[in-house]
Amino acid sequence: MEYFGEQLVNGIIVGGVYALIALGYTLIYGVLQFLNLAHGELYMMGAFFGFFAMVAVGGPSAAVVPTWLMIIIMFLVAMGGGAGLGVAVERFAYRPLRKSRRLAALISALGVSLFLQSAALLLFGARVRLYDTGQFINLRSGFSIGSIRIDITEIMVVVGSLLLMAILWFLVNRTQLGRSMRAVAVDQDAAVMNGIDVDRVITITFALASGLAGAAGVMSGLLLFPVDQYMGIFAGLKGFTAAVVGGIGSIPGAMLGGFIIGIVEAMATGYLNPTYADFIAFLILVLVLLIRPTGILGKKNLAKV
Amino acid sequence: MSENQTGNQPETAGESGRGIGTDEWVAQHEQRLNQASGPFAALGQRWLQLPRGIQWLVPLTIALLIPFLTSNDYILRIGVNLGLFLMLVVGLNLTVGYAGLLDLGFVAFYGFGAYMYAFVASPQFGIHWPTWLAIPMVIAVTALFGLALGTPSRRLSGDYLAIATLFFGQMFLVLAVSSDAVQFPWMQEPVDVTGGANGITNVDPFSFFGFTFSSMTSYYFLLLGLIVIGVFATLRIHNSRHGLAWRAMGEDALAAQHMTIPPVRMKLLAFTVGAAVAGLAGSVFASVQLGVFPSTFKLPLLIMLYAALILGGLGSVPGLVIGAIIMVVLPEVLRFPDYSNWLFFIVLIVAVVTTLKSWKIITAVFVSTLAVGFAANGIFLALGVPYLTTPEWTEGPLAPILGAWVFMPEDRLLYGNIAFVLLVVAIAWMTTRTRRTRLIALPFVLWLAVFTWEVRLLLEPSVTRQLLIGALLIVLMAARPQGLFGKPRVEVL
Repeated sequence: MEYFGEQLVNGIIVGGVYALIALGYTLIYGVLQFLNLAHGELYMMGAFFGFFAMVAVGGPSAAVVPTWLMIIIMFLVAMGGGAGLGVAVERFAYRPLRKSRRLAALISALGVSLFLQSAALLLFGARVRLYDTGQFINLRSGFSIGSIRIDITEIMVVVGSLLLMAILWFLVNRTQLGRSMRAVAVDQDAAVMNGIDVDRVITITFALASGLAGAAGVMSGLLLFPVDQYMGIFAGLKGFTAAVVGGIGSIPGAMLGGFIIGIVEAMATGYLNPTYADFIAFLILVLVLLIRPTGILGKKNLAKV
Repeated sequence: MSENQTGNQPETAGESGRGIGTDEWVAQHEQRLNQASGPFAALGQRWLQLPRGIQWLVPLTIALLIPFLTSNDYILRIGVNLGLFLMLVVGLNLTVGYAGLLDLGFVAFYGFGAYMYAFVASPQFGIHWPTWLAIPMVIAVTALFGLALGTPSRRLSGDYLAIATLFFGQMFLVLAVSSDAVQFPWMQEPVDVTGGANGITNVDPFSFFGFTFSSMTSYYFLLLGLIVIGVFATLRIHNSRHGLAWRAMGEDALAAQHMTIPPVRMKLLAFTVGAAVAGLAGSVFASVQLGVFPSTFKLPLLIMLYAALILGGLGSVPGLVIGAIIMVVLPEVLRFPDYSNWLFFIVLIVAVVTTLKSWKIITAVFVSTLAVGFAANGIFLALGVPYLTTPEWTEGPLAPILGAWVFMPEDRLLYGNIAFVLLVVAIAWMTTRTRRTRLIALPFVLWLAVFTWEVRLLLEPSVTRQLLIGALLIVLMAARPQGLFGKPRVEVL
């Protein structure tokens, strides 16, 4: 039971990271009906940006600013950098293709993916980076439920991801910007006629989605995931799975999906062979696509032809 | 509504010289496109007037002659690589180019075929099946495998299918690397199935009834034969019942269904046939290499395949041959710094000359690029940046010119990385400006490109290769989605 609890906690924490990535997919898919295959690469870039922000303020052991400020700076840099990159990718790789075949945009996304991976390799080198969280956060602090220990970074990651999701939900459902996003999602032409600047809305959507991916990158770094240029592939695929499980296009669905994938994967790692844990997400994806392609919270899409 | 992609479709051409369902404007548009100009236009026209058979005979003859002209194993090796690559492109073309199914797990079938062959023809399990038995088995099993993966695709539309298959391809890679100690419930000891990251070695070469394929030349001819069959089959499929059905489905699945094309069956068929071709290519690969290594089946190979397919123009048969040649031969050239340097400058100059057209402007751009370079040298020197002298970083015929013109800082990583980021930003920025601003910025960007290339990119040929392929896909999709040899789609609404 104790072991089960530990795995559950691990799953929820990793699930928070997956949920943030899934939100990005969902947001972009919801507005553009386009799968950004390069989303995982933005997460990878975010993790690198966070790492270099940490190095810039003095590194894990000798920071010139207090720890809380350093963590905030890391998040801000990663989210800002991720958002900027995401907007640039949209502007130069996807916007020219908005009216052409879907195949073209997907292939372009594939190119973006390879370009960002090799650019990271060129700029940052092949060395695997570690955030070394233990140097600036006491991993012994935190609290325990029974014998299950939850340290402060883990709390921070879960609370942070929930907070970001809440902000996003508020933005989409309660603000004027969110209204225009939903309007563009329903019908771009009609949105233009109602005075909505579609390009601007799409740019903001990409900025939000990529900013969340950047934040997810820093979180995974703080959780001591190794940071290298290949980290984005599987994270992106699992985030996508989470988005599909929850129902692509639905924000609560993406959160739910993220936590489900995280927990199931942690259980698989704990009770089955850890090397095959990656498989679980794939199996879930195939099963969901076969049984209920709209996901748990997704609405049935009625296509009128 | 779109035009046909080879421009040679006699059975749909009506009396007025245009296809059924093609209106006058579209027909004229095609004519306008056919009116090429420039020094090679006459030659091109002459070439197009030749019968199709002769057009194919020319490259075939060249390919047949190569092994007799050279005994250089390296060149034959490239030929073999090209052959394998071309087989994969032919297979992928069925799934992507015709049926429009974006299969991003295609390389897994290649890997699967290679591993299957290695399982039955290597000391890994001590099984040594004869080749005539092993190859049909591999093809059949891989085809079944493709069918199994295609099954979920029944319900998936474009993007879902793409990412599900991408996931599958990555999964295959993980499985291949991690299955070196699989614990079967009915066995005592864990079994080494795939040899892990080291792969399987000592795979048997092909051998038919006493003739063993031992040299590169023999594999070269084997692959040439397979490709001739593959290309011929693709040409036959192009306008066949199935080919038309696939292409119709690729254009618009719903409309195709209304024309009584069964989409599920056609999708599964495309997947299965594509997988079978990849499986065959995989078994040839395993026997050429005398081994299977999981690192072959990574993402860059997939992207190169797509780049080749798109470069030539999706669904166009001559296009995919040319695309494959470009994608295989260019990286080989880039392997040698001297050649890649030449290639870089030639491509740069040709690109500038062909896009600017007016000689006055071209001269002005080149002169000012030179001036920018010398000015940059002055600035670097004035700032006191430590630098390398000519013999320390370059040699060969270009050295005296490059040495005088390109400033080579001692810290190549730092300055090169900065220049790389600036270059990407500058190129992106230029695409949003008017022609006038672009012209003014061009000398600076050209110099930056040369600087980045010499200082940083030449140091990392393999990374540069991937970088260029990625950039190529993005640029190609934005600027010319129909590929180099395809014709633009004309839509009349």
